[in-house]
Amino acid sequence: MTLTMTRSGRRAAHGAPSARWRSRRIQGWLYAAPTAVIVGVLFLAPLVLVVWMSLNRWPLLGAPAFNAPDNYTKIADNPLFVDAVLFTLKYTALTTVLLSAVALGLALLVQDRRPGIGFFRTAFFLPGAVGFAAAGLLFYGMLNNDFGPIDPMLQAIGLTSEPVKWIGTPNMALFSTITLVIWRFAGFNMLILLTGLQAIPTEVYEAARSDGANRLQIFTRITLPLLRPTLALMLILSVTGSLLAFDQFFVFTNGGPDNSTVSMVMVVYRDAFFRFDLGGAAALSVVLLVALVGLNTFMMRRLR
Amino acid sequence: MSRYLTLSALAVLFLYPLVWSGWASLEDPSNYLEMAAFGEGVGTYATNSILVSTMTVAGTLVVSALGGYGFARFDFPGKNVLFLATLAILMVPYATILIPLYVLLGYLGLQNSLVGLSLVFVMFQLPFALFMMRNAFEALPRELEEAALVDGCGTFRAFSSILLKAVRPALITVGLFAFLASWNDFFAPLILLNDGASFTLPVAVVSMTQRTFGAVDYGMLQAGVMVMAIPCLVLFIVLQRHYVRGFMSGALRG
Repeated sequence: MTLTMTRSGRRAAHGAPSARWRSRRIQGWLYAAPTAVIVGVLFLAPLVLVVWMSLNRWPLLGAPAFNAPDNYTKIADNPLFVDAVLFTLKYTALTTVLLSAVALGLALLVQDRRPGIGFFRTAFFLPGAVGFAAAGLLFYGMLNNDFGPIDPMLQAIGLTSEPVKWIGTPNMALFSTITLVIWRFAGFNMLILLTGLQAIPTEVYEAARSDGANRLQIFTRITLPLLRPTLALMLILSVTGSLLAFDQFFVFTNGGPDNSTVSMVMVVYRDAFFRFDLGGAAALSVVLLVALVGLNTFMMRRLR
Repeated sequence: MSRYLTLSALAVLFLYPLVWSGWASLEDPSNYLEMAAFGEGVGTYATNSILVSTMTVAGTLVVSALGGYGFARFDFPGKNVLFLATLAILMVPYATILIPLYVLLGYLGLQNSLVGLSLVFVMFQLPFALFMMRNAFEALPRELEEAALVDGCGTFRAFSSILLKAVRPALITVGLFAFLASWNDFFAPLILLNDGASFTLPVAVVSMTQRTFGAVDYGMLQAGVMVMAIPCLVLFIVLQRHYVRGFMSGALRG
């Protein structure tokens, strides 16, 4: 996190009579109190609770009982989770590479102000305003063999001769889900990259051009290096988001076929609400939490 | 010219699914009637969604405006710790604290409650919102409130009658992000609400696909997609400028 703590209003207190200073401290606390309550009760408390739950046999209904470290030792025996880890990593790698490439392409296409460019920016972003559940159901209908328009279209232009099993085989289900995710998020990532592209001063480009650099050289020697912090931010958001994928698989593939598209968070959900084992789900949550905070910290150090 | 051809082809690819969904839902207008009668009735789900979004937007605005002002203009013990704790919400994966939140809301009597769900959304919005609002208040000239304070107003009068108007653009940005997040979210209501009558639209419409053994009514499903998507599409198009400012401010993730 590169957010820096800026001026903390110390000047206001400087040199003031101490009664007024004390009053301003109390007032400051009062303004921040709602934030403190929300953060304390709904963020810090659950953070402590999830650790405590992971140390207990904690059924959905009924009293919890301390059983540490059973919830952790049984993770290795949870074949669904082990498969889900591998699948989620594969999904994350593919999604991050493809999504970044598409987003970068879009951002380069719409970076210059020219007539009509606003329309295209909006068009690319618009799917991002639609929720993931809605987007998943949209694709669920659009790729349906009987109802959807895609199969007839592909057959009409002779690309396929029979209906495609869009979510019927493990590989196709993964491919279709990644397509859905790119459609939904490319514009969002394009916007992130645009903020970075627009921060590059035009003089840098002009200087390079007058030195005789060609387009490819300008891209690899100037655009990419100067875009690095923004690319890093996009990468971190994409990796974190993909590792925690849930909606797209729950709504669109429902984990199928044959549990081939079950993500890590889906296993947490199933353990909690289908196997009624909140303690086990909490242990998986703690593992995910530690892994992701570690990964985030590592990526921020290395990439920025 | 070739750039515009590429752009147009891409725009068709990106807009086609939305246009198709709208068309498929309207092909047989009875899709909307069937959807209106599904489960508890789409009116119930839409009302729940509107309630949750309204409470989330209002709660986020109140908490982050007060907090943003406090952080921008006052000094108090624990200030930095609280600010960092709030930003830490971004570091902690959303999905991993929903299970303890489900248990915790039970202790508070807020399980299966739209109020409880809204409070959780406010918490998730807080890092972005507080950061936006603190920066907005810091950017205001101090003279603006000092004049009011010299006139004998308390800081709260200065805040509510003068400063809030001056940070209106930031409030709109924060409100828009809070609306889109709470209206669209699927995972939190799926976990925190367990009674059909309290479902929000995303959970209710997804449940249309999971009726045991019945065939899925795809036309009705697309009607549901449209009911969920149209408010967001309209709001985004109207308030686009404010959305983009959220990105430009760098508040997205630092």
